[in-house]
Amino acid sequence: MRGATHARWAACVIAGGLLATACGSGGGFGGAGVLTSSWGDPQNPLEPANTNEVQGGKVLDMVFRGLKKYDPRTGKAQNMLAERIDTPDSRNFTIRLKGGWTFSDGEKVTAHSFVDAWNYGAGLKNNQKNAYFFGYIDGYDKVHPESGAQSADTLSGLKVVDDRTFTVKLNQKFSTFPDTLGYAAYAPLPRAFFTDHAAWLKKPVGNGPYQIESYAKGSAMSLKKWDAYPGPDPAQNVGVTLLVYTDSNTAYTDVLAGNLDLVDDVPATQLKNVDTDLNGRYINTPAGILQTLAFPYYDPKWNTDGARKVRTGLSMAINRKQITETIFRGTRTPATDWTSPVLGVAGGFKAGLCGPACDYDPAQAKKLIQEGGGIPGGRLRITYNADTGSHKQWVDAVCNSINNALDNDKACVGNPIGTFADFRNQTTGHKMTGPFRAGWQMDYPLIQNFLQPLYYTGASSNDGLWSDKRFDGLVDRANAETDRATAVRLFQQAEEVVRDNMAAIPLWYQNGSAGYTDRLSHVALNPFSVPVYNEIKVG
Amino acid sequence: MGRYVARRLLQMIPVFIGSTLLIFVMVNVMGDPIAGLCGERACDPATAAQLKREFGLDKPLWQQYATYMGNLFTGDFGTAFNGQKVTELMGSAFPVTIRLTIVAILFEIVIGVTLGVVTGLRRGRPIDTGVLLGTLVVISVPTFVTGLLLQLLLGIKWQWISPSVRYGSFDELIVPGLVLASVSLAYVTRLTRTSIAENKRSDYVRTAVAKGLPARRVVVRHLLRNSLIPVVTFIGADIGALMGGAIVTERIFNIHGVGFQLYQGILRQNTQTVVGFVTVLVLVFLVANLLVDLLYAVLDPRIRYA
Amino acid sequence: MPEQPHEPEGAIAGTGMGAAMDLGVSEAETLEGTAGGPGGTGPAGRPHSLWSDAWRDLRRNPVFIVSALVIVFLVFISLWPAAIASGSPLKCDLAKAQDGAGPGAPFGYDGQGCNVYTRTVYGARTSVTVGVLATLGVAVVGSVLGALAGYFGGVWDSVLSRITDIFFAIPVVLGGLVLLSVVTSNTVWPVIGFMVLLGWPQISRIARGSVITVKQNDYVQAARALGASDSRILLRHIAPNAVAPVIVVATIALGTYIALEATLSYLGVGLKPPSVSWGIDISAASPYVRNAPHALLWPSGALALTVLAFIMLGDAVRDALDPKLR
Repeated sequence: MRGATHARWAACVIAGGLLATACGSGGGFGGAGVLTSSWGDPQNPLEPANTNEVQGGKVLDMVFRGLKKYDPRTGKAQNMLAERIDTPDSRNFTIRLKGGWTFSDGEKVTAHSFVDAWNYGAGLKNNQKNAYFFGYIDGYDKVHPESGAQSADTLSGLKVVDDRTFTVKLNQKFSTFPDTLGYAAYAPLPRAFFTDHAAWLKKPVGNGPYQIESYAKGSAMSLKKWDAYPGPDPAQNVGVTLLVYTDSNTAYTDVLAGNLDLVDDVPATQLKNVDTDLNGRYINTPAGILQTLAFPYYDPKWNTDGARKVRTGLSMAINRKQITETIFRGTRTPATDWTSPVLGVAGGFKAGLCGPACDYDPAQAKKLIQEGGGIPGGRLRITYNADTGSHKQWVDAVCNSINNALDNDKACVGNPIGTFADFRNQTTGHKMTGPFRAGWQMDYPLIQNFLQPLYYTGASSNDGLWSDKRFDGLVDRANAETDRATAVRLFQQAEEVVRDNMAAIPLWYQNGSAGYTDRLSHVALNPFSVPVYNEIKVG
Repeated sequence: MGRYVARRLLQMIPVFIGSTLLIFVMVNVMGDPIAGLCGERACDPATAAQLKREFGLDKPLWQQYATYMGNLFTGDFGTAFNGQKVTELMGSAFPVTIRLTIVAILFEIVIGVTLGVVTGLRRGRPIDTGVLLGTLVVISVPTFVTGLLLQLLLGIKWQWISPSVRYGSFDELIVPGLVLASVSLAYVTRLTRTSIAENKRSDYVRTAVAKGLPARRVVVRHLLRNSLIPVVTFIGADIGALMGGAIVTERIFNIHGVGFQLYQGILRQNTQTVVGFVTVLVLVFLVANLLVDLLYAVLDPRIRYA
Repeated sequence: MPEQPHEPEGAIAGTGMGAAMDLGVSEAETLEGTAGGPGGTGPAGRPHSLWSDAWRDLRRNPVFIVSALVIVFLVFISLWPAAIASGSPLKCDLAKAQDGAGPGAPFGYDGQGCNVYTRTVYGARTSVTVGVLATLGVAVVGSVLGALAGYFGGVWDSVLSRITDIFFAIPVVLGGLVLLSVVTSNTVWPVIGFMVLLGWPQISRIARGSVITVKQNDYVQAARALGASDSRILLRHIAPNAVAPVIVVATIALGTYIALEATLSYLGVGLKPPSVSWGIDISAASPYVRNAPHALLWPSGALALTVLAFIMLGDAVRDALDPKLR
């Protein structure tokens, strides 16, 4: 079979053979039962608390299991290594581990494995980009001060009780804290991580259903099923080979040629052909991703009452239905609130919360924008990065939609930025003069994660510096609330504040999409748009 | 001759410093590389400051450059943001790109010069017009379109090739090499054609023909040798450009070579990677240029280097 | 038979030549006369200049006429696109995305539902401007510096060639990604400036090589022996003989600059909207090529036609300037 041959060849490359001749037909390992999948080069070293993008997250998802795991279908946080997590006051938590778990190098997973890992993740000197995830834990300000060197190496809020129990004390009430513990940053780490860090980075060792067999940075990683995996979700295939692609179009082309088994990012421009190309071997699953247009509130022109009307008008000038159908072929759904359908109604998703402000109504749009004093600065420039995703297509479409509504073909133009890094520079440097692309991929399936990091005063992803006391107050109250339903209701009230000010224009909910060859079955994407590798069957 | 080479080698030093400084400044003008590391979030200020200190980004630019060059002479090309040594990246990237460049140069020489000679000798004939139209298509369709179309046709429709390059062997690199060479191929064809047409009427060719030498010998020994100077200049200068210019080709065919690393380096504003790779490219370029200048003397005995 | 350099004709037409030069010229003319070379003297007995000879040749050359007509047409639609296309190139209706030809849209619609015909017509201005200005800039800077280096040799050559090397060593696409990503202006100037900045070394090296070859020729040695000034030798004797490779490369380069603009758009650092150019359209249409090839075909076709016209023009001019081919 063609795919199998290529998988073996790929494995040969990883094994170090740069010359083709070094890799004969009989060489290499794997083959039957191993699937190849598209991958992107992780941006940071593959440490759990240092991985903040999907590509590194894909690997961590295979190699690690944490206290909780989000159900691949429902997104609900379920106990994995945790036996139970108790709290009397939403501030002090006692975490009890299940027995029988080990790392793939044989070491037992204990309370120390977690506490040491979290202390490492929070430590300023370790440069972990997800350190702020530990920001709720008592003592974070000592381990990770805002300036100067850290004055403590361990978080005072973490205490090991015995091998299978530890306690966490937070610096504020946070009722849904246990549900955040499925995030990769909270994974346990083996001793080897600390004793021989360099070797661990070359070949990370964890406690998940897969072991890393070899890792050629920047080009490929070969993972093999860990046969002694003690968890309930062992791998249904022999192994996975991740191959780095710079262009998802090439990966898609490779799947068509039978050269690659799975592509988990089908480019928008190919969606029209997907049915005929793959004959049904294509999935399109809702994911916790929301695309919005954010605004620069540090620019006084955008921070006026008139500008609020203009923003609402712009929202109504965007024909979301037509764009999601024509450009995205149904892999996006028009947004009617500021969260995501994957949360479920109980989790806080509320269809239609946006109301008429998200309905396409060109006449009303024009009226509102005129009432608000017209577009600040005369021309709307939507800034986006041109190096990833299919952003140009939708930004152009949004602009055309606005231009048609306003009957002025130069009212809105796209403003591409060459690189994501530069785009982030301009965003965090507060240099925007108009709306800019803001995509939010949830870290964990909670309504809190869709609101607080983006709209809370001074929050880490509040790039437009939006600030509203009423919103902040509602979020604080919601976080302190122990009753889940009440907390969700408070968050939704906060979301209504966002709506009334049109703090950001919601565009569409993004789905995960994937195409695969006929070698595979049982392919699914989880709510983070990552393939559920351990369930895939090969052959 | 020996003195000439020695002088040229000495002259490489200012060029080397000049181009590395130029690229160093250019990459730094792009701004703060840390911002892109934290995804859609702002890095927390403490971590950002710590990272900047660690990568030496808090120092003034001239000092960063001096430190970088100092390390370079001890063979230390620095570390990429994902913790990998730049020398390791080079070790995996350069072999495949060198192979790709060899394929491309072979195409330029074999196809480009042949077509150039044929059209130069038969100016105005149908074959000349045909090749002109061919070069025209190649020039006017950007590389990424040619690449995408060939990938689509040869890779999927007819299944002649694999649409992407897995481990960079020569057979896999034929089509990407052709795509990479395409524009240069047009240049080489046109340059050879012009040169041949010009020299065809020169006295030494007429003399050679008058002497009754076979046409083949006249073309190869007399005409071609004298017509190759502009072509050699072009190809020599093109080696460096091909190696560094494969950004688009390597992206389309998913080749993990120099262009891929440079593109990644720029997207992530990874100064160490970009400057390191460009430094090596500059060296390749300088050596190729020296060789071209020495070849001049071989091709045209009237040129002497002292 | 000695080589028949053509610079005697040029020398005669030149003004302010010295007596010594006159002498050299008349000798050369005698030679040419005995060789029966063309273009010695005109019907009125007055010698023709190189350029008037070239012009006479060009006027009779059908290749030149056709390519000149195409270029005139391109210039015309660049200046007055509305003359042949109605509507605005920025008016797009997503409902018509990827549709084929229809009333008022003979070339169909692109992925955004824009009228491909209108956009192709309006794209001419930007694309031709970028191509022509970038080529002119590159040709002027490159040939001046290259000729100086090749002619004077020695320290001049070393310094100029090393500066050439510094700029040549930076890969063009890489330089574009880095330099243009910080540009916020949406005019064509940054793109043209970047092309000249990183493009001139190519011409410079060709010009240098060409001048080195030409300056070995006997007529140059002769002119020097007769005491002609450096500038005179360069302009009158060397330039016309050395210019052929420069013209060839420059005319091809013109096409590649228009295509490079497309590549820059593909990488997201090219011209920014609301500019309309073939490059923007080609890069936008290429991912849709399986479903809407027409959106790629027409701007590419226009680009090809433009490149063809300039290459043919360059070829014709080069032939006309080269007496050996007459």
